[in-house]
Amino acid sequence: MKLLTINVDKCTGCRACEYACSFVHTGKFNPLDSRIHISEFLDDFVFIPSVCTQCEDAYCVSVCPTHALSKNKQTGVVDFDSDKCIGCKQCVMACPWGAIKLNHEGREIIKCDMCGGDPECVKVCQAKALEFTEVEDMVMDKKHRNAVKIKELVTEQQGVTR
Amino acid sequence: MIKGGYIGKILRVDLSNNKTGVEDIREDWARKFIGGRGYGTRIMMDEVDPKVDPLSKENKVIIATGPLGSTYAPSSGRVMVITKGALNGAIACSNSGGHFAPELKRAGFDMIIIEGKAEKPVYLWINKGNVEIRDASDIWGKNVSDADSIMKKATHPEAGTLEIGLAAEKLSLISNVTFDGHRAAGRTGVGAVLASKNLKGIAARGNLCVGVADNEAFAKAVYNARGILSKDAFSGGGGAALGTALLVNVINGVGGLPTNNAQDAYFENANNISGEKLAKDNLVRNEGCDSCPIACGRVTEIRSGKYKGNHGVGPEYEPIWALGSMCGVDDLNAVVMASYLCDDYGIDSISAGSTVACAMDLYESGYIPKEDVPFELKFGSPDSLVNTVKAMCEQDSEFGKLLAQGSYRLAEHYGHPEFSMSVKKQEFPAYDPRAIKGIGLEYATSNRGACHVRGYTIAAEVLGNTDRLTYEGKAELTKIFQDLTSALDSTGICLFTTFGLQGKEIAEMFEAATGIKCSVDDFMKTGERIWNMERMFDIKAGFTKDDDALPERLAKEPIKTGPSKGEVTDLNRMLPEYYQLRGWDENGIPKIDKLKELGIDDLV
Repeated sequence: MKLLTINVDKCTGCRACEYACSFVHTGKFNPLDSRIHISEFLDDFVFIPSVCTQCEDAYCVSVCPTHALSKNKQTGVVDFDSDKCIGCKQCVMACPWGAIKLNHEGREIIKCDMCGGDPECVKVCQAKALEFTEVEDMVMDKKHRNAVKIKELVTEQQGVTR
Repeated sequence: MIKGGYIGKILRVDLSNNKTGVEDIREDWARKFIGGRGYGTRIMMDEVDPKVDPLSKENKVIIATGPLGSTYAPSSGRVMVITKGALNGAIACSNSGGHFAPELKRAGFDMIIIEGKAEKPVYLWINKGNVEIRDASDIWGKNVSDADSIMKKATHPEAGTLEIGLAAEKLSLISNVTFDGHRAAGRTGVGAVLASKNLKGIAARGNLCVGVADNEAFAKAVYNARGILSKDAFSGGGGAALGTALLVNVINGVGGLPTNNAQDAYFENANNISGEKLAKDNLVRNEGCDSCPIACGRVTEIRSGKYKGNHGVGPEYEPIWALGSMCGVDDLNAVVMASYLCDDYGIDSISAGSTVACAMDLYESGYIPKEDVPFELKFGSPDSLVNTVKAMCEQDSEFGKLLAQGSYRLAEHYGHPEFSMSVKKQEFPAYDPRAIKGIGLEYATSNRGACHVRGYTIAAEVLGNTDRLTYEGKAELTKIFQDLTSALDSTGICLFTTFGLQGKEIAEMFEAATGIKCSVDDFMKTGERIWNMERMFDIKAGFTKDDDALPERLAKEPIKTGPSKGEVTDLNRMLPEYYQLRGWDENGIPKIDKLKELGIDDLV
């Protein structure tokens, strides 16, 4: 299964992802209609992207009284069917990440649908803070990056035997 | 009817009468002058007598965005401050990146016209189309990052802000306008103009959408442009890794890095203040402006020495040069510290560094009496640098006050204006015209005083294949770069995109966004129209061809060392040809036929 992965340390805070997201979903540019959001901390210049993590046992799905939200076992995405939505906003209150939200007019529920498997936000992220990768690849990559650090420590302590 | 890109509204704020009003964007002006720099200057032509005192209430300030702002067009978040500049009285368009421009558009306005003068310090809160003129007594007296956080706290944590610092409050003629506490419209003293109106800042926040005329064509044009940028050496990686400071070694490598107030143009210790050194010793991470794939912004800290523990943004290439080699200083931590001070107080670091260099030169030549200077002042001394910048920022001493007026006033005060490395009283930036001939013509003819970002001929003369030492073809080269930049500044896109993009790609994005038909030729013609309009403003303000001149040092004192050793420059080998190519008479005044051709003969 592929995941939208965030590398926090690479984000430059340019917010092109927010524009790309709103444009592909609404045909207009508005960060408030973006499913992904960049939180900016100007005191330290740290930028934190946040987006729906497509939970396996999602709070939003559990609280939705009309089954407008459901976990798609095939794609792994938490699907949202706006036709079934009554606008009760229980999902907005239930989501711990703030990943389900209201659009710029404050009426319509919006959430990340991973663009049907080809996320637009990833395409404009030159810094590669956002990537769309297989979960196993991401895990391997992290394991490897940590291993490299440990290896450096080991060779530093024991010297290189070659 | 314009189909996209613009919000369509201009906010007018009359500070004298505490009144605000809303006007429509004029379609005919949008078609002729685009937005940003072009449209803003057109407003100035209409409403401000070019002869007014820049710091009087008759001057106005236009804060302008472009039609590509608040979209995913690359690097499209530029905001422009257009006014009659405090430093020299020329038409000033000073611009900055950050996130203020798109926030202003979403709050309901493409532009703001600020006029009159408030009775006491105020700031504006523009929230979803509503405008409040608020008391700023608790922000007046604060530096820019504090002003930014106070305004964000009082309005909205994600509001975009504009603010002036302490340098502007004390009417320094080289003070800037800062955005979100850390990005600046640096040049021409625009900060002092806002201060003269008692306007400390603006906060903006909104929820409006920006639509474009043709979604499919726009997406295609934007992805094409982003693709090109991702393959260029600077915009596709070099800018993110090393920032603009990667130029230190490149420009010094051709012997074009002005050193010791341009006594030389080669700095032996350039390696010590290079982008590579900055990345190794000071860089924490890089930062991007709105929708920018280049992300050249530097987030930095000082990790050793007496300034250890300080942190901030930058420095870019220009401040590294101005506060570094121009002052003969190769201590990077001192340069970074001096740059932080400039940023904090809201002072233009190019003019600041060049003014320090001028002071060092005057002092070493014996023209500044020792009793005037409360500290040591000599080329190459990191302490001299930081102390002088501090005095300039704080303006607590007479000497500090003098420094804050820029190098021309300083040198004139001590009877030797020829020590000021400036054109039209504005300090020239980090490229030596003796080593790179075309940039000299650009400095001499720039409508806001010496400047590299009105027409960046360096792209061809150093980074491209044009011979930097020849005079031939430089008039045409300068004209092309100036026209292109005038148009692209008006769309709201950053000049740095032109490391990869040409007029064609930018015109395509503009056409798809607005629905205004725009070929490359149309785009360049629009740029030429804007350039000529700015020239008309300056002529009406009293500038003549005698002001299109370089400091005499560049003509008389050959470069002493390095790859361009022995070179001087001769502006007269380019200027007459430039006037002719521009369709101007021998006095540099646009001929009526040229103005008719450009459709601006009504401005005479």
